[in-house]
Amino acid sequence: MALMSYSQAAATALAEAMRADRNVVALGEDLGRGGIFAQYRGLQQEFGADRVIDTPISESTIMGAAVGMALAGLRPVVEMRVVDFALCAIDELVNQAAKNRYMFGGQGRVPLVVRMPIGLWTASAAQHSQSLEAWFAHIPGLTVVVPSAPADNYGLLHSALESGDPVVYLEHKELWGDEGEVEPGLRVPLGSARVLRAGSDVTLVSWSKAVRTCVDAASELASAGVSAEVIDLRTIWPWDRATVLGSAARTGALVVVHEAVQVGGFGAEIAASAAEETGCRVKRVGAPRIPSGYSKPLEDESRVTVAQVVAAARSLAAPGVHP
Amino acid sequence: MARIRAFENAAEIASQGGVQAWGLKTSAKPALVRGPLHLSTGQEAVAAGVCANLTRKDLLTSTHRGHGHTLAKGADVDRMMAELFGKATGSNRGKGGSMHIADFSVGMLGANGVVAAGMPIAVGAAQALKIRGQPEIVACFFGDGAVNRGPFLEALNWAVVYGLPVLFVCEDNRISATTPTGPMTGGAGAAARAESIGVPAVRVDGNDVEAVDAAAARLVAEVRAGSGPRLLHALTYRFKGHVSVDPGAYRDPAEVARALESDPLTIARDRLVARGVAADDIAAIDAAAAAEIDAAMAAAAAAPLPDPASAYTDIQNTGAGQWR
Repeated sequence: MALMSYSQAAATALAEAMRADRNVVALGEDLGRGGIFAQYRGLQQEFGADRVIDTPISESTIMGAAVGMALAGLRPVVEMRVVDFALCAIDELVNQAAKNRYMFGGQGRVPLVVRMPIGLWTASAAQHSQSLEAWFAHIPGLTVVVPSAPADNYGLLHSALESGDPVVYLEHKELWGDEGEVEPGLRVPLGSARVLRAGSDVTLVSWSKAVRTCVDAASELASAGVSAEVIDLRTIWPWDRATVLGSAARTGALVVVHEAVQVGGFGAEIAASAAEETGCRVKRVGAPRIPSGYSKPLEDESRVTVAQVVAAARSLAAPGVHP
Repeated sequence: MARIRAFENAAEIASQGGVQAWGLKTSAKPALVRGPLHLSTGQEAVAAGVCANLTRKDLLTSTHRGHGHTLAKGADVDRMMAELFGKATGSNRGKGGSMHIADFSVGMLGANGVVAAGMPIAVGAAQALKIRGQPEIVACFFGDGAVNRGPFLEALNWAVVYGLPVLFVCEDNRISATTPTGPMTGGAGAAARAESIGVPAVRVDGNDVEAVDAAAARLVAEVRAGSGPRLLHALTYRFKGHVSVDPGAYRDPAEVARALESDPLTIARDRLVARGVAADDIAAIDAAAAAEIDAAMAAAAAAPLPDPASAYTDIQNTGAGQWR
């Protein structure tokens, strides 16, 4: 085991993949300097500028070129800097990368991983703070990964690189410095959730940074006599239906928590599925449908809080009473 | 060229009564080809003249008007026509149709439904060839309308920055869907824009297949030699409407009549005759093309439709089976 930050865990996984396969390359802005979050630190020094490629500020072509690279035998890792900038490359991701295999009848595949950091990032305002995972979950052909911890960032990035199809890989900008133990060689399967805490009264489902909020909420709920199960989804497409629906069936109550805007968020998909399949009661906790503001009191309006999660859970779960 | 013309003419007839547009009605009787066809009738010399200088291992990206490029790159006609018919035997197993026609087995990486979208893909493929040390090059076809999209600028710049083996081919049919491109374009167009970025560019009469061939030969040789990207700006004319059901009535009839006088096939035939090629030999080329396309039409008509279950294949391995 090795203690690593969330960013080091990703850099380590990528370096291992690049050592193992010469066809793995990375491209994006400022990668030679290690990436703006240090998530590529040391890679250009080890692998050279032909494989860790500094690019012009040309998001469409960064993404589109990666599609061409993949079709011609490479396995590119694409850096979009922040998910907000990836919107400049939405045709290349949604119409090209995601559709290529299907619309050409399986003649080719597009094994690429596109990293597009999400989330509120201290006072970064409306164009550097979004969590757009639901957009990508909506697109057939894309896998959508949302790691919350260093070990997952290591193990999921390896699995994403090995998947053979386009993967949207969404790291959270306020998790880069988080440290945790990472087991070398670990693979975290795509589509597999992790139960962080077992409980019997209510199920809390979350991903990315909001997992922390749920863990803290579960502690607070426990002191009030409510037993909360906490599930980190880790991948939102495909999502781990068996783990989530199994838990919801046992507890009879499910709260989905995410930092993204609640309206049309992926929490709605999970809540609706859980209600359809298990008849459980559901609540959602997400951001209001407002742009992220710069000033702290404005930004805080977009943050999901422990108090919100606790209130939602308590409104559903009566301690010790099961349906 | 004769094969492309025969293919386009046959496909056009088979598509009558198909997809509705331009205020026309779909026919009660289902069309053999249901989807929209962007026909390259009149533009054959560009595809033929450029692709004559490519090998099957070279790569090619195309536009929504891609039948000619695909045929000229060596794709199988039967599988192409079956794809237009939406059949299981089609090159894309019925999943793409005309707008996404492709044959990866001959390096044809796909027509594309989005204008200029093939350009970033082309430079990425070229970069992969360079990184992997392969000798092939990429031919990137795009239209005059594409020069007004951002990826045109980005991809040309990218090719210069990394010194990539790409031949950009602007197939300039002078019209962007139904709007003349000239008034929509600042400056002197594709070649001038390319030169401003550092991509050497050559303008050529795109209806003169020998001129296209000669210019492409020189540019392809330079690209193969590692000199970086080049651009060929080929001026041609779209004989048909934007899409198969579009009669193109918005164009000045006199302009269309003038264009028909410089039909690239007529120019090529006249030149062959002037050089003493027997009329019978030329007719035999046309007859062979017609027979090949007739056979492809018959085979496509007789081929089975795809199993509905195949709607769920070749999407992604991860999560396959989880459709809702």
